[in-house]
Amino acid sequence: MVSERSDGSRVPVALKILIAGGFGVGKTTLVSSVSEIRPLQTEEVLSGGDDADDTGLVEGKTTTTVTMDFGRITITDDLLLYLFGTPGQDRFWFLWDELSQGALGAVVLADTRRLADCFPSIDYFEQRGTPFVVGVNTFDQDKRFTPDAVAGALDLDPGVPVVLCDARDASSARNVLIELVEYVARKQLTSAGRR
Amino acid sequence: MADPLRAPHDWLDREAGPVVRPYAVTQGRVAPSATEYDLVAFVESTGAADAAPGMHLQPEHHAIVSACWDPVTVVELASRLDLSIGVLRVLLGDLRSAGLISLSQPAAAEQPPDVDVLKAVVHGLRAL
Repeated sequence: MVSERSDGSRVPVALKILIAGGFGVGKTTLVSSVSEIRPLQTEEVLSGGDDADDTGLVEGKTTTTVTMDFGRITITDDLLLYLFGTPGQDRFWFLWDELSQGALGAVVLADTRRLADCFPSIDYFEQRGTPFVVGVNTFDQDKRFTPDAVAGALDLDPGVPVVLCDARDASSARNVLIELVEYVARKQLTSAGRR
Repeated sequence: MADPLRAPHDWLDREAGPVVRPYAVTQGRVAPSATEYDLVAFVESTGAADAAPGMHLQPEHHAIVSACWDPVTVVELASRLDLSIGVLRVLLGDLRSAGLISLSQPAAAEQPPDVDVLKAVVHGLRAL
């Protein structure tokens, strides 16, 4: 899957992992704690859709800027992992479609104090069939809930991993990513076995 | 005496923000589709920008060509050059039709990576 260049060297493979969850749950924090580069931002400038030209009533604002955080982890010279923090606002859902295209999987960050904030992300990935794990970001040592209790509260499909994590801690954040990649590998082995 | 070519714009200062709209650089053109240039597709320059004499290239085109002599992903290129993804896609389209860049789509867009690649990722993450 690595393509050859004219001089015989190879273009690396880049994999995408999405970091989703409600506003302020620690998406950017997680990206920055595991990324080898300072999380970078890129912008998508959006026009107002089909009625973008109808500026008769509203003067001025016809574009909106969405910023996306992203980070990178170099696995080997030929293998890179990109992390994308998904835009939090509901009106940017359509951007998720682009981000999820070809994504390896997703981490849905949850805060047990505001569990409902991650429902939309979970619904989205379930509907799309994108594999995901739930990372319970343990703010202030708040470990009152076990992963099983969270899985039950979220009504997750059996097998979807739930892990406690601290998004600020590099090794903890890395463990969540490992959990996700292992889960994706398990799913692939199972579906290969079924064929 | 004030430069007659430069009309005084007292109302313009840094606080006013960008005065050129983002898509001015593409002459108003928008990208046909997002799928062609995935965020993690690699772009690589294949020729010097002056090798396309028939084409009018803008400074942004030149900046792209010189930024990707080594393969670089679309999203990193956008961030490095401070261009929005949509604008960058249009400019990449120009450069590609002029034969100045090549594009390698991520293999994962069509099919999930195989288990060996996933194992390598897990191994790599553990080793960090």
